Amino acid sequence: MSAEADAPPAVPTGLKSERRAAWVLLTPALGAIAIFFALPLIAALLLSLTDFDIYALADPRNARFVGADNYLHLLRDPLFWKVMRNTLVFVVLGVPLTLLVALGGALLVNSRLARMRGLFRTVFFAPVVTTIVAVAVVFRYLYHPRYGMINQMLGLLGLPAIDWLGDPAWATAAITLLAVWRSFGYALVIYVVGLQAIPQPLYEAAELDGAGAWGMLRHITLPLLGPTTRFVTVLTTVSLFQIFAEPYVMTRGGPLYATTSITLLMYQQGFRWWNLGSAAAIAFVLFALIIAATGLQELLRRRWKT
Amino acid sequence: MRQRLAFMARFLAVNGALLLLALLTAFPLLWMISASLMPSGEAMALPPRLLPSQPTLEHYTTLFTRLDLGRTLRNTLFLATAITAVSLLCNSMAGYAFAKLRFRGRERLFALLLATLVVPPQVTVLPLFLEIRALGLVNSFGGVLVAAITTVFGIFLIRQFAVGIPDELLDAARLDGASELRIYWTIVLPLLRPILVTLGVFTFLTAWNDFMWPLIVLTDESKYTLPVALANLSGEHVLDTELMMAGAVVTVLPGLLLFLFLQKQYIEGITMGSVKE
Repeated sequence: MSAEADAPPAVPTGLKSERRAAWVLLTPALGAIAIFFALPLIAALLLSLTDFDIYALADPRNARFVGADNYLHLLRDPLFWKVMRNTLVFVVLGVPLTLLVALGGALLVNSRLARMRGLFRTVFFAPVVTTIVAVAVVFRYLYHPRYGMINQMLGLLGLPAIDWLGDPAWATAAITLLAVWRSFGYALVIYVVGLQAIPQPLYEAAELDGAGAWGMLRHITLPLLGPTTRFVTVLTTVSLFQIFAEPYVMTRGGPLYATTSITLLMYQQGFRWWNLGSAAAIAFVLFALIIAATGLQELLRRRWKT
Repeated sequence: MRQRLAFMARFLAVNGALLLLALLTAFPLLWMISASLMPSGEAMALPPRLLPSQPTLEHYTTLFTRLDLGRTLRNTLFLATAITAVSLLCNSMAGYAFAKLRFRGRERLFALLLATLVVPPQVTVLPLFLEIRALGLVNSFGGVLVAAITTVFGIFLIRQFAVGIPDELLDAARLDGASELRIYWTIVLPLLRPILVTLGVFTFLTAWNDFMWPLIVLTDESKYTLPVALANLSGEHVLDTELMMAGAVVTVLPGLLLFLFLQKQYIEGITMGSVKE
């Protein structure tokens, strides 16, 4: 077959049946995407330009076109800015912490000295498959200011107790820690794959040149892990921007809205108070933020590289 | 001698650090299991207890009798299974078509699909709810299912795998007069088995753990899935620590066990979808 490489490969039954089969096989998936993704996507944009509320829910004719009012209103709403800040704190705290723990763990698992690597990898990955709601319930008790295990351990180290979920200054950190605990294993596993792709001779050559462990990490491992780091960063950033179940279960967004994330605010606006127009505007702001943040990372990378 | 001492020190440092990180990682899950077996009041006591003084299953009994969590468990199992079956079928059909069948605009269409991955689910969730409502699917399993019929990630994963199926095999079947759909069903599907297992585990776990969409669609307690029911219970039973831990165990354990049994396929799948860029 490969002899006539430049001519299109001949299919004995003719291309027509193949084309037809392709569309038959694609129809369920593409149909579902059209109806349950593309249509809602367009509708969301329109929705964000209306004052769709509980009255419109009863009769859609009650919705009016309001232009960019929902967006302008958000920009003037102090609660919206607080929620933006909270979400950025989740991202700015959570992403570096996840990367650091994941990379450190991956280096340890991948070390020639490490024993029982498979077991460790399984343990580190296990939180990834847990249900966020369930582990949020567990962490709520672990964070209990008086009886919680975390403060008990801090006590053993001679550190003062922290009101993790009750103190607005600590609550974001507490929720970020849970998010990091649950997701670092995924980044770790991807880092291990990246580490194993680095050719061993590079290290052997560096060792002959008298490079130490730190030098090899800085000049071989980290640069060659660049694409992996970028991938993991984008993934972690996107998922932290969308954080929802953790604050929903642990704090309901409190205390004093200190842990209300953008998605939680959208959920409350949309499904508790039925302000669907305003909630749709919040969703698009989130969308724009995610695009901007991932774009910014790409920009920074280019700046550093060349 | 000094070299051996240095080696020992490094060996202990590496494995000690691994052990510490593993203990910190496993602790919340181990404590959850231990606390779920404690008599009422023991998990939140001073001095703190790590193990139950007298292991008891009373909280599990309460969950499955008074709180009827068995029904919730069946709901979750049914939904996750249905979503997995439907989406494996749709994704494998589409993924195979994109990989192996020649038609006009194939590459452009596939690129368009991949581009949709940048849209966060929050954007479509509100109109999707209105759509479900118009279709009369609020508070039904169908309403939860329609949002998960297919995933671009799943189509992508299948396509990457199906590209490796030799054309000669398909052409030989065509020469024998097999129809295209028959080729998909009897030749392609069995060859896709490894990736179907991987994607199946992934889809099942995602559906099992999903929270926001079932929370929006399912309004009646009798329809709740485990995460929704647990979030609801945790509001009412804040003080019943041991009971809540038992609920968390019931929610987390099935997924965790599935992962432990099929972790090789699962981890291979998610890393394959990532690093291969």
